[in-house]
Amino acid sequence: MTDIRGDLWEELRTTALLGTDRRPLPTAAGTPALAAAAGAVDRTDPAAALLELAALVTVRRRAGLLPARAAQPAQAAADPDERPALPAAAARRLAVLLSGRAAGAASSSAASGALANLAELLPQWLSTARESGYRLPPALVPSLLDAARARSELRGDAVALAGPLGRWLAEQNPDWSYVRRTVTENQSAGEERTWHEGLFAERVTHLTRLRRSDPAAGLELLRGTWSTERAEDRLLFLDALQEGLSQADEPFLEAALGDRSKNVRTTAAELLSTLPGSALGARMAERARSAVRLVDGRLRVSPPTACDAAMQRDGIAPKSPTGRGERAWWLGELVAATPLDCWTTGFGLTHAELLALPVTTEESGENEESDDGWRDDLREAWARAAVRQQDAAWARALLGPAPRRTGSARTNRTQTAGSPAKLLAVLPPAERAAWTAAFLQTHGLGDAFQLLGACATPWTPPLSTAVVAALERAATSGAYPWSHSGVLGMTERSLSPATAPAVEALAADATPDSAWAETFGRLAGTLRFRAAMLAELAEGPKPT
Amino acid sequence: MEERWSTEHVLSLSPDAASSKAAGKLSGPGPWSGAGCNETALWGACKGSGSTPYRTVVELATPAYQCSCPSRKFPCKHALGLLLLWSGGAQAVPDGGEPPEWAGAWLTGRQERAAQKQAPRVEADPVATRRRADRRASRVAAGAQELRLRLADRVRHGLADLSTAPSPWEEVAARMVDAQAPGLASRVRELEEQKDEELLAEYALLHLLATAYERVDALPAELAATVRARVGFSTDSAELLAGPTVRDRWLVLGVRDSADERLTTRRLWLRGAKTGRPALLLAFGRPGQAPDLALPTGQLLEAELAFHPGARPLRAVLGTRHTAPAPADAGEAVPPGVSPAQALAGYGEAVADDPWVESWPTVLTAVIPVPGQGRWQLTDGSEALTIKTAPGPGLWKLAAVSAGRPVTVFGECGHRGFTPVTVWDENGRATGVSQ
Repeated sequence: MTDIRGDLWEELRTTALLGTDRRPLPTAAGTPALAAAAGAVDRTDPAAALLELAALVTVRRRAGLLPARAAQPAQAAADPDERPALPAAAARRLAVLLSGRAAGAASSSAASGALANLAELLPQWLSTARESGYRLPPALVPSLLDAARARSELRGDAVALAGPLGRWLAEQNPDWSYVRRTVTENQSAGEERTWHEGLFAERVTHLTRLRRSDPAAGLELLRGTWSTERAEDRLLFLDALQEGLSQADEPFLEAALGDRSKNVRTTAAELLSTLPGSALGARMAERARSAVRLVDGRLRVSPPTACDAAMQRDGIAPKSPTGRGERAWWLGELVAATPLDCWTTGFGLTHAELLALPVTTEESGENEESDDGWRDDLREAWARAAVRQQDAAWARALLGPAPRRTGSARTNRTQTAGSPAKLLAVLPPAERAAWTAAFLQTHGLGDAFQLLGACATPWTPPLSTAVVAALERAATSGAYPWSHSGVLGMTERSLSPATAPAVEALAADATPDSAWAETFGRLAGTLRFRAAMLAELAEGPKPT
Repeated sequence: MEERWSTEHVLSLSPDAASSKAAGKLSGPGPWSGAGCNETALWGACKGSGSTPYRTVVELATPAYQCSCPSRKFPCKHALGLLLLWSGGAQAVPDGGEPPEWAGAWLTGRQERAAQKQAPRVEADPVATRRRADRRASRVAAGAQELRLRLADRVRHGLADLSTAPSPWEEVAARMVDAQAPGLASRVRELEEQKDEELLAEYALLHLLATAYERVDALPAELAATVRARVGFSTDSAELLAGPTVRDRWLVLGVRDSADERLTTRRLWLRGAKTGRPALLLAFGRPGQAPDLALPTGQLLEAELAFHPGARPLRAVLGTRHTAPAPADAGEAVPPGVSPAQALAGYGEAVADDPWVESWPTVLTAVIPVPGQGRWQLTDGSEALTIKTAPGPGLWKLAAVSAGRPVTVFGECGHRGFTPVTVWDENGRATGVSQ
C-alpha cells in the first residue's frame, strides 16, 4: 500500500530526530487544506507544536492510504481436482489426526501414548483414502504436506491425495519441494527430472517405480548414467532392479559382475542367482553338483577346496565373514545361489525327501553317522535359496509343520533353518497367518515379533484372536506390558477390528489402574478409532 | 435441535494441542456410555483408567463445561471428546433425551445462577461512587499531563539523542498504571518496540490522546467516550446491556485468539445481516483455559448486542440470544464485501472518526492471495492490499482454499496491512485462517 506522505512528514521526522532545540519547526506546506490546518497549530512551544503537526499528518496519511499495484501471480490457478469430495465424517477424522501432529512431547506418559497411537493410524488413513480416490478439503492440504515433510514414509500417499492443489502449493513453498520430486502412480513415470536432479533416495524411488511399470525403460535409464554413478549409489540402484527382474536384465548384470566395487559384484551375483535359467545359476549348479552328491541314499558333501577366480567373479567372497571355516562358507554360498530345482529334478527327490536324507562327508568315510554340522549348513543354504528364489514349496518344507502345543512339556527344538520370518514371507498370506497363530499358541509373544511383522495386515481373525490370547497369558503371568511394547505397537496397527470386544473384556477384567488395564484400554480405544475411521472412508463417494 | 458443530469449531475451544490430541482419542463411541443431548446441552459418562467413569456435561449456549475428572485443563479432554463425538452425528449421541439427574442438577443450577445475575443489583452508595469517580478522573488527568510533558521533552532533545533520555518508557508506563490510565500505559509500553519509521507517528497519537483527555469534558459525547475508552476507562457490561441494544441476525465473521503469559484474549467479529453493522466481542481466559465465549464461524444467530459508546462504535457485549447459532442459508452464508481500494477508504473513514483506530473489520470480495518473497498480497487483479500476517500455517490455508482463484476474505484492514481471519470457498464454506 502506498500513502500520501509528502515533504512535510520527512521534515517533521528530521526535526524530531534532532530535537526542536536544535532545528526549527518546518513551515506548513502541502495542499491548501493541510496548510490551513497546520497553520492553525499553536507554535508557542515548538515541541508540542511538532507533535501536533505530526499527529495531523499521521491521521491524514492513514485516512488517505491507497492500494498498491497488484503483483502478477507467479502461477496460474491450480488445476481443478475432479475427484469426489471426502465424506464429511472422514474429513473431521483427518482434521483430528493432523491436529495433534505438532503437539510434540506431551507432559504425561498416558498422553504421549495416545499421541503415538494416532501417529500410527495416519499412514493407514492416508493409504485407504488414496485407494478410495477422494479429494481432500483444501484447508487440510497444507497440514498434510507439513506432516509428510516430517515423515517421508507418508509422502507417496500424501502427494497423491493432495493432487493438483498439493503440487500448486509446493511450487510456492520451498518447504514442500519434495512434492515435486515424489512420483505417484497417477503421474506419468516419464519424469526424467527426478532421475537427473533428485536427491539419492528420490532417484531410487523413481527407478523402483519405473521398474514396476516398465522394466526395460528402468534398465535403460540406469544404463544411461551407470558409469558416472558412485559405488554406494550403484549398489542401491542395482538393488532396485529386483523389481520386475527378467532375462532382459541378464547381460547388464553379467557385465556388473566385473564391476570395480566388490559389493556391486556381490549384489549382481545375488540378483542373477534369483533369475530362473541364468548362466550364473547354471555355473553355480555345476559347482553344487560336484560339491553335493547323492551316494547310497545319503548326501555326500565335498565342499570346494579353493575359491577360484571364476567363483569370485560369481560373487563368492574368498574370506569367510562368519566364524565358520572357509570351505563351509564357500559351500553355503554356492548352494544358496544354485537354482533349487537343480536338486529336486537332478536327484529325482521331493523337498521333504531331500531334507530327510542323512548327510556325510568324504572325511567321515564309510561311517554311517550323519554329520549334523554339514546338515545344518546345507539346510541354512537351502533356506537362503528358497527366500531368494521365492520358492513357496521349499519354504514350506523348510519351515516344517506349524508348531502345535503338545501335552508333554517336551521342548521341541524348532525344526526351522534360517530365519523363519523370511521363509514365512515367501508363503501366501493366509498360510503365514495360520503358521504364526500356531506359533503363538506354543511359544507366546517372546519370539513372535519378526514373525508377526511378516504377516499381512490387518491380521486375520484367527491370528488376531491368537495375539489377544497371548497378550492375556502375558498379563496373567505377571509380565510387564512394556516388555512387549514392540508387539503392542504392531498390534495397534494390525489387529482385526473384530477383536475389539475381546480386548475391551480384557481391559475390564484387568486390575483397575494397573499398567495392563491402561494398555488394554488404550488398545481397545485404538481399535474402535481405527474401525470407525475405515468405516467412514468406506462410505460411498458423494456426488458433488 | 441446533446444527452440530464442526470439528474445527470444537477444536478451537481446546486450551492446548495436547488436549486436542487427547480429545481425538475420546471422540469414538468406545469409552462413552449414556451419551445424549437436547437443545441446550449434551452429557455422557466416559470410561477412564479408573473404575468409576467420569461424568461430563456441556451446556452449548455459553458454552460451559462440567466434568468429574480431576483435570485442571478447561475444558478437559472429556468435554472436548464428547463434543467431537456429538459433532459426528446423531448415531453416537442421540437427540431429544432427558438429561440424567447428575447432569440436570448442574444445568438447573447454572440457569438459576444466571437468573440471579440478571436481577437488578442494588445500587451502592451513590455519593461514594461519585466521589471515587471524581478522584480517578483527576488522577488520570494528572497522568495525562505528565505524559504530555515527557513526550514534549523527548522531542525537544531529539529522538535520536539517547543520552539525555530522562527515563526509560517502562518507568513512564508504571506511572500511568499508578495514575489509573491502563490504556495510556500499554501504548507507552509499545513505544519501546516501535520501528524508527513509525516512532514519531506513535508519539504524536499518544500526545493527541493525552491532550484530548485533558479537555475531555469539552468534546462531543461520542468522541469523549472514545477518548475515555482509549485512556483505559472500562464500561460495565451489565450497565451496557441495561441500555439500548441492537437486535439483528448476526453472522459470525471469524475469531482470533491471542495469548500472552497472563491472559488469552479471544476476538469474535460479527456482522448484522439486516443492519450491515460490524461488531467485535472480546472474551478472556486464564492461560490453559479457553475463553468462555465461543461462536462458530460462518453461522448466524439472532441476538441483542449492546455497543460500547464511541465515535466509531465496534466493541459490543452479547445480550439476549433469541436463537442458537445455525448455518446460514446459501444466500447469506458469504457476507457482501468490497474491493481493496474501498477497504482502505473504509479504514480511512474509521480514522476520521477515531484517529487512534489501528484497523477496521473488512470483508473483501473476489480477491486472490498472492504469495510473495516477503509479504503476501490480496489482489483483485489490478489493485492490492499488503498482508500484514507473516507467512505461516494460516496463510497457507488461505492459499489452499483459494488455489489461485478469487475468494471472499474477512479480516482487519489497517495502516500496517490486512490481517486475514476467515476465507469462504466457492461453496460458501467458511475456514478460519488466523492461525
